[in-house]
Amino acid sequence: MAVVTAGAAADDPLRPKVDALVTGSYSTKAQAVLALAATGDERAVAILNAYMARKLYRRVTDGRALVLKGDGDPMVFADPLDPKAEIKLKADAVTSVRINNRVRGAIGDALATLNLFSKNPDIRRAAADEAFKVRSPRFGPLLRKALEAEKVSDIRNRIKLALAAVLIANGSNTKERVEAIETLADESSPEVVALLRPLMAKTAKGEWAEKDAQVRAAAMRVLDEVEERLVLLSFLGDLYRGISLGSVLLLAAIGLAITFGVMGVINMAHGEMVMIGAYTTFTVQEVFRASFPEYFDWSVIVAIPLAFMVAGAVGIAIERGIIQFLYGRPLETLLATWGVSLVLQQAVRSIFGAQNREVGNPSWMSGGFEIVGGVTLTYNRLWIILFALMVFAILQLVIRRSTLGLKMRAVTQNRQMASAMGIRNGWVNAMTFGLGTGIAGIGGVALSQITNVSPNLGQGYIVDSFMVVVFGGVGNLWGTLVGALSLGVVNKFLEPYAGAVLGKILVLVFIILFIQRRPRGLFALKGRAAEL
Amino acid sequence: MAKVRWLRRMSAAAVAATALISTQGMAADTIKVGVLHSLSGTMAISETTLKDTIMMLVEDQNKKGGLLGKKLEAVVVDPASNWPLFAEKMKELLLQKKVDVVFGCWTSVSRKSVLPVVEQNNGLLFYPVQYEGEESSRNVFYTGAAPNQQAIPAVEYLMSPDGGSAKRWVLLGTDYVYPRTTNKILRAFLHSKGVKDEDIMENYTPFGHSDWQTIVANVKKFASQGKKTAVVSTINGDANVPFYKELANQGIKASDIPVVAFSVGEEELSGIDAKPLVGHLAAWNYFMSVKNPTNTAFIKQWHTFIKKKTRVTNDPMEAHYIGFKMWVQAVQQAGTTNVDAVRQAMYGQKVRAPSGYISVMNTNHHLSKPVMIGEIQPNGQFEIVWQTKGPVKGDAWSNFIPASSKLTADWTYPWVCGNCEKPKYTPVK
Repeated sequence: MAVVTAGAAADDPLRPKVDALVTGSYSTKAQAVLALAATGDERAVAILNAYMARKLYRRVTDGRALVLKGDGDPMVFADPLDPKAEIKLKADAVTSVRINNRVRGAIGDALATLNLFSKNPDIRRAAADEAFKVRSPRFGPLLRKALEAEKVSDIRNRIKLALAAVLIANGSNTKERVEAIETLADESSPEVVALLRPLMAKTAKGEWAEKDAQVRAAAMRVLDEVEERLVLLSFLGDLYRGISLGSVLLLAAIGLAITFGVMGVINMAHGEMVMIGAYTTFTVQEVFRASFPEYFDWSVIVAIPLAFMVAGAVGIAIERGIIQFLYGRPLETLLATWGVSLVLQQAVRSIFGAQNREVGNPSWMSGGFEIVGGVTLTYNRLWIILFALMVFAILQLVIRRSTLGLKMRAVTQNRQMASAMGIRNGWVNAMTFGLGTGIAGIGGVALSQITNVSPNLGQGYIVDSFMVVVFGGVGNLWGTLVGALSLGVVNKFLEPYAGAVLGKILVLVFIILFIQRRPRGLFALKGRAAEL
Repeated sequence: MAKVRWLRRMSAAAVAATALISTQGMAADTIKVGVLHSLSGTMAISETTLKDTIMMLVEDQNKKGGLLGKKLEAVVVDPASNWPLFAEKMKELLLQKKVDVVFGCWTSVSRKSVLPVVEQNNGLLFYPVQYEGEESSRNVFYTGAAPNQQAIPAVEYLMSPDGGSAKRWVLLGTDYVYPRTTNKILRAFLHSKGVKDEDIMENYTPFGHSDWQTIVANVKKFASQGKKTAVVSTINGDANVPFYKELANQGIKASDIPVVAFSVGEEELSGIDAKPLVGHLAAWNYFMSVKNPTNTAFIKQWHTFIKKKTRVTNDPMEAHYIGFKMWVQAVQQAGTTNVDAVRQAMYGQKVRAPSGYISVMNTNHHLSKPVMIGEIQPNGQFEIVWQTKGPVKGDAWSNFIPASSKLTADWTYPWVCGNCEKPKYTPVK
């Protein structure tokens, strides 16, 4: 039986089309991809997927295309037309087939045509979107056929859109084209604008590029509607990005809100606490990679308490070793902690090396989803916003409801009086400082997900952190929250107009002016505590 | 009390002994190789590796018996990613340490900062990083790529059908001299190819920029206008990691919007999960994945020296390799380390480079090197998808900027000049 199948496969009419994939230049490969797809054969999908994954090899002796099944020696291959037939070959008997973006593009295009009829609705949905982007006349008849067969309503919608895109460009009569334009009215993506805008353009001679006035009028009407929605969406997009930047600022600054805001210690090594948190995450991940790779997605969760403890312990050591001797001498504290920050940076550089360390995103933090019209919410940002708010809430609870929080507030309000009431000042100071630096460490866990983990990580955030705390009002956690979020939002709304560099400068100038008007920040503490 | 005096005497003796040893070291007469790379601060990530490369090459040369019968001695200083400090440390190397040659600098701003010092004291600097061109100093040899050896071929590739026939261009860069000048050249080049200003988007961000959401979203919006779009990135240093992470998370695939980077190599990718970046491009004169005996030996030498199999090699390291070998050959040929003699001997020096080609030093102080474009692979390496047929001569002055297209850099008679419109010395008849 096996012999028969092998024989049948050898005479398969698809064979030359498959073998053409693995020879010639990139452009002939791209053509071969489209030619294979044009056959509409079901097996083509698997072959093209293997091609995209770089699993297609070429047998040196006869130029036959083979699909890699297992690495090792000998390597195991399958016949692309008969996946059950195994072929074992030495590594030097095959060459791996290179592809570039052009071939990848052709494969994506080809898969879209084939996948329109896939059994899996998700694949059909993606294929319809791809067809909308490509909007080639080739898709016209295919899309019509797919539309008839499609039962799921949202996929039907997408196919309709893709068909509209094809028809606007290649429709046979005015009515067909106007109808196609009108189906786009409920859409809100920049692609629709890109589709309709050329219809309104004039040529160099001042004539309409689109001759048909009815088509133009329809396009004008729909374009207005869509653009109005897009303005709103881009506002929402900016808002989201602003809140996301704000949450990052909040995570970086919230530890400082304790050490600087509540305790009044100018801790220049604050950024390094964030860095230590990030390196703890890296170390935890390395352990997970080495020992339990299957639980890798949990490594970030495990890193949170560890980062808190490590950064907290380092903080307590700094407080006990240096800062406790310097209370009430801000200049000395500033210089000493700055020195500590340099020592910590160089220490990390000696232990982990000057190179960036790779901290992977767990799968639930990778990627994003497009809500509409090019506004993509990325999962890592979304989690970080939630995480920042959670950390904030927990910190508030600790300060308002726990014994440590009570003692902390007592000591920072009136040191002598607290001492007289039997509170161990030194112990409370150390714990408070440890809490602040520990929270900074937790911030580091989050930051490791979006930025590089390098010895300089902290430096980038120290200025921002002080800015947030001073702006929000020293000694007030709510101020830090509002300060961070509003700075983030202002920054993101300025950025599209002023550019990233000027935007940052403008925010800085704004804060300086603001501090001139309100030296105590957004939420100034009132009462006697403020006078200390 | 007696004990204290005894201790003091001991330490005095120790100091004297060390002094004696060091003077003996001096007496043995070594050839001093200055290394001016940041070992701390933002640039340490890239520059530390280059320091190690020179240490490796020096050690290797000493194993071979040194140079002119003397041992080489590496003198390492740390300019700490601080641009003015680069000039001070250069002065220290040249005047106090009296080094014979300096290998150093990464960013263009650090090179510009040391330039007056090197020229004033007639030093010799080998600069190993791709840069914006528009410069040729008598005292500097540029072993990295000039724009015509990197930026222009990369853009030409993206315009070609193989590269995706890009019609719209996003030029993203860090805000300093290299990206700004390169983008000026690129804009002029794109104009010459008929690209209109409305199809070019230019954007600059500060060093270490970490929040790329808005910019990546804008790139997406810019690209959705119908024409095929490509991104040319001159983003430098740390900012690359969050940039690529954001690209991946917002779902920008290389087949939709390819990004070609001029400052992202194997070293930078070792800090990122490369899987979502497969297909994005980089243009260099060397990739670690190049297969040839010189490169295999180079990688092996590096792994043995650094004692870690996972460390990668990259383009600036290769540039240092070429520069160092050329300097050694030139010194041997000149029979002295005298800067003027070595400079003369440098012209026409050939070295078989790990790129697989023979690199030549030209009289404009730039190298002839092959240009390669690589696609990022899942393992953080590059696979070459396009390369020039042979080495390309580096152009000190770009032909696409009107003011500089007239200028010539040639340090041999009769030009003897880094930026002249006509020869400085007209032949006497």
